[in-house]
Amino acid sequence: MDSLFQNMQGVPLDHYIWFCAIIFTIGVVGVLTRRNAIVIFMSVELMLNAVNLLLAAFSVHHNDPSGQVFVFFIMALAAAEVAVGLSIIVMVYRNTQSIDINVLNRLKW
Amino acid sequence: MGTSVFYFVATLSIFFALMVVFAKNPIHSVLYLILTFFTFTVHYVLLNAQFLAVVNFIVYMGAIMVLFLFVLMLLNLNKENEPNKTALLKVVGIIAGGCLVVTLIGSLKSVSISSPLLLKNPSLGLVENLGKELFGPFMLPFELSSLLLLSAMVGAVLLTKKEEKNNG
Repeated sequence: MDSLFQNMQGVPLDHYIWFCAIIFTIGVVGVLTRRNAIVIFMSVELMLNAVNLLLAAFSVHHNDPSGQVFVFFIMALAAAEVAVGLSIIVMVYRNTQSIDINVLNRLKW
Repeated sequence: MGTSVFYFVATLSIFFALMVVFAKNPIHSVLYLILTFFTFTVHYVLLNAQFLAVVNFIVYMGAIMVLFLFVLMLLNLNKENEPNKTALLKVVGIIAGGCLVVTLIGSLKSVSISSPLLLKNPSLGLVENLGKELFGPFMLPFELSSLLLLSAMVGAVLLTKKEEKNNG
């Protein structure tokens, strides 16, 4: 494991930032272009993961373990969020027989 | 040779993330998302964050993705009720995403912190080090997250319970 990391030491921090920006943007595009509620949820998970990886990379860069602890908390929060969100989706499906988010537009008023 | 591993895995995860968004079938989306999370686990291993790699593997790929797959199979979606946005909205969404990534990368280029990533302390992401951090300064948030998980569990059970018709 150590020798593997010794080989990894050349990657610039910039490339981690670019990579995470691209993954985050893919998540944003997924939220904007899909109407299936579950796929929108998965796109949100992609965004959360991009931020997690960036936090871990900066934690290594600054030699500070707090960043990795934050990632741990974000994972716990994501688990709670997914449980509640999926139960809401199940309830919506039970009432409307669809998971199209445009069915929910009557929540506006 | 070593840095090429990062670029290879990064290319793979960008490809799988694109497939998550653009796959027609939601089941395929979930499977591609599992592959994306696996590549993220490889990224954590490359950063020598072994605790995060294991947690990502177990919690994300093991628990959350199985929950997604389970709900998707429970919902019994057919082809005809698969919703689709109009082509105009899709093009607008993709253009908006392209603008976002161009803005992000362009603004970060002007900062230019392109120093290579160096691991000063090899035991940074190991369980021992993170455990001392988690049960030291982060004790209160750690205990509060247990409350969060408990309330999420109660909320999920309460939401999905069938409402009884109170006729009497």
